[in-house]
Amino acid sequence: MTGSICVFAEQWRGSISEATYEALALGREVADALGVQLTAILTGSNARELAQTLGAADLVVYVDHPLLAETLPQPTAEALAQVLQDRRPRAFIVPLTNVSLGVGTLLALRLGTAGINFCKDVRIAGGRLQAVCVMYGGKIEATVEAAGEPVVLGLWPGARPAEKGRSSRSPVVEEATVSLRDSPVLLRRYVEAEAGDVDLTKQDVLVAVGRGIQSKDNLGLAEDLAKSLGGAVAGSRPVIDQGWLPLSRQVGKSGLSVKPKLYVALGISGAPEHVEGMKDSALIVAVNSDPRAPIFNVAHYGIVADVLETIPVLTAAIEAKRAVARHA
Amino acid sequence: MRILVLMKMAPDVVEELEIAPGGTALDLDYVRMILSESDDHALEQALLLKERHGATVTALALDAPEVDDALFTALAKGADRAVKIAGLDAGFPTSQAARAMSQAIAQVPGLSPADLILTGVQAIDDLDGLIAPMVAHALDLPYLGIVTRLSLDASGRTALATKEYPGGVRGEFEVKLPAVLGIQAAEKPPRYVPVAKVRAAMKTQKIDSAPASLPADGGCAAAQVVEMKRNEPAGHAEMLDGDPESVSDKLCGILTGHGLL
Ligand SMILES: Cc1cc2nc3c(=O)[nH]c(=O)nc-3n(C[C@H](O)[C@H](O)[C@H](O)COP(=O)(O)OP(=O)(O)OC[C@H]3O[C@@H](n4cnc5c(N)ncnc54)[C@H](O)[C@@H]3O)c2cc1C
Ligand SMILES: Nc1ncnc2c1ncn2[C@@H]1O[C@H](COP(=O)(O)O)[C@@H](O)[C@H]1O
Repeated sequence: MTGSICVFAEQWRGSISEATYEALALGREVADALGVQLTAILTGSNARELAQTLGAADLVVYVDHPLLAETLPQPTAEALAQVLQDRRPRAFIVPLTNVSLGVGTLLALRLGTAGINFCKDVRIAGGRLQAVCVMYGGKIEATVEAAGEPVVLGLWPGARPAEKGRSSRSPVVEEATVSLRDSPVLLRRYVEAEAGDVDLTKQDVLVAVGRGIQSKDNLGLAEDLAKSLGGAVAGSRPVIDQGWLPLSRQVGKSGLSVKPKLYVALGISGAPEHVEGMKDSALIVAVNSDPRAPIFNVAHYGIVADVLETIPVLTAAIEAKRAVARHA
Repeated sequence: MRILVLMKMAPDVVEELEIAPGGTALDLDYVRMILSESDDHALEQALLLKERHGATVTALALDAPEVDDALFTALAKGADRAVKIAGLDAGFPTSQAARAMSQAIAQVPGLSPADLILTGVQAIDDLDGLIAPMVAHALDLPYLGIVTRLSLDASGRTALATKEYPGGVRGEFEVKLPAVLGIQAAEKPPRYVPVAKVRAAMKTQKIDSAPASLPADGGCAAAQVVEMKRNEPAGHAEMLDGDPESVSDKLCGILTGHGLL
């Protein structure tokens, strides 16, 4: 494991996350380019079975401990630090998900090495690892190097297709033991997502509004457009936090992942946490008054305009087209 | 009950961002600083707890352009005290911010022991990590992030915190206090305070200042930016230009072509 590229295999409620397979796919590329092993560390309670699903790695080290049944940041980081104490990889990749948020930061502190957050890719330049990071809500790309190893990299979901990180090979599996003190943070229970009036994941067309819609009063414009397209209205986080739409309509990291045939993003900047939930939509159209909005990086078609002016005109044009089609 | 709210100014990304000569950082001359969005939610959550449990709320912020506005706004909204930590170089990394805050919490009279330390879950410039787990580590306190709901038990020794998971699932956690929590969203949208009230706070209240005391190297392992550039959106989307009518017609044609109309 020393000198390897290592991935934190994140499990949640009994399954390995998609983000883990994405990280393994990237890790495999980097490890092969450097000619080193790809390793994975899995923490959990009854983790051994899940280790078999991590065949993209050459070696899987798992840690079984009742305190690790949930990925609580502090016990998890402490367990990882103990495992890495005398087998230091070159890089340790942690998926940047709601499950693991904080684990990378704590691990880097515990190891006394650098943490690099917001990575979307890893490059090798003259034998050195460089992290390519997306920051400032998606507006800036930074290339970052760290002194000291292992560098702890927080990896945005979507870096590679998860498919490339799955393998039917059987990895070598080893168990490691750790000693943990009691956790002052404990999970009492999960509360399942409230079923909303519409299931966003089943819609062919979504009209999603962001902060650019400006007020709850303007939501009617989006409702009309959605109706004309035969779809439903979704929202970005600030729209939900303002109480303009229920949580069941949130798209993104903490909300739903959707793949409609058409996703219309209205006044949404395209922060990585939002893009994560909609990037696989078949056709993405974005309207934003800022020509530099990162949403135009994922959209297929873009319109630089004020949504409040554009939506009614677009709705009228669609209605007119439909009327013509009906009479033809 | 004593609640600290850790606040940090971050660039407003609605404005154009320019890269400084040298190509490794933002040009701060062109940046407008605003309170990091989730820090505003952390403040709101603290004020809601104060209303329910009678706590004192102290807002603690790192010196940066516009920070006085943010701190006076916090006072106008109902915070009891505002402390500004001065002396960090512009563009300081998050690890230094966390160090300066942890030291101030330990050293500035009246800040510790705190029962609850709240801060935003993540800022858009947290390149080397998150403040909440860093401060938790430095002070050896429990940490939980992505919190969207928070209540305290009758004894004030345990918090019940709700954390968001993917897909709208939530986890309810018991957290022994004192603890550091990264707030994603307050239970209610942050309150609005009229400018007149902020002006009044500027006249009648004051901001305490404390110096940051950091080792020369910041005391942190280094993550070094070797290149910074703007993400050019032009590469991907095909842009549709024209007045609303012609753009709508073009888009209708595209949607028809995709069998969507
Ligand atoms: C742990 C974590 C989880 C998160 N989970 C999610 C999630 O699940 N979903 C999610 O969406 N976010 C999530 N976020 C938040 C995310 O980082 C962004 O803050 C959020 O997506 C921004 O929403 P927005 O684009 O609507 O707002 P903003 O970023 O404020 O963008 C508003 C956009 O509207 C444009 N605009 C303004 N006025 C107009 C107008 N009149 N016409 C046209 N355009 C206009 C502006 O140019 C801007 O681009 C999460 C963050 C964290 C830290
Ligand atoms: N259950 C736990 N087991 C081990 N460490 C923990 C646990 N909970 C929290 N920690 C944190 O782990 C760190 C211990 O680091 P150290 O003092 O370097 O051993 C402290 O920052 C603690 O906050």
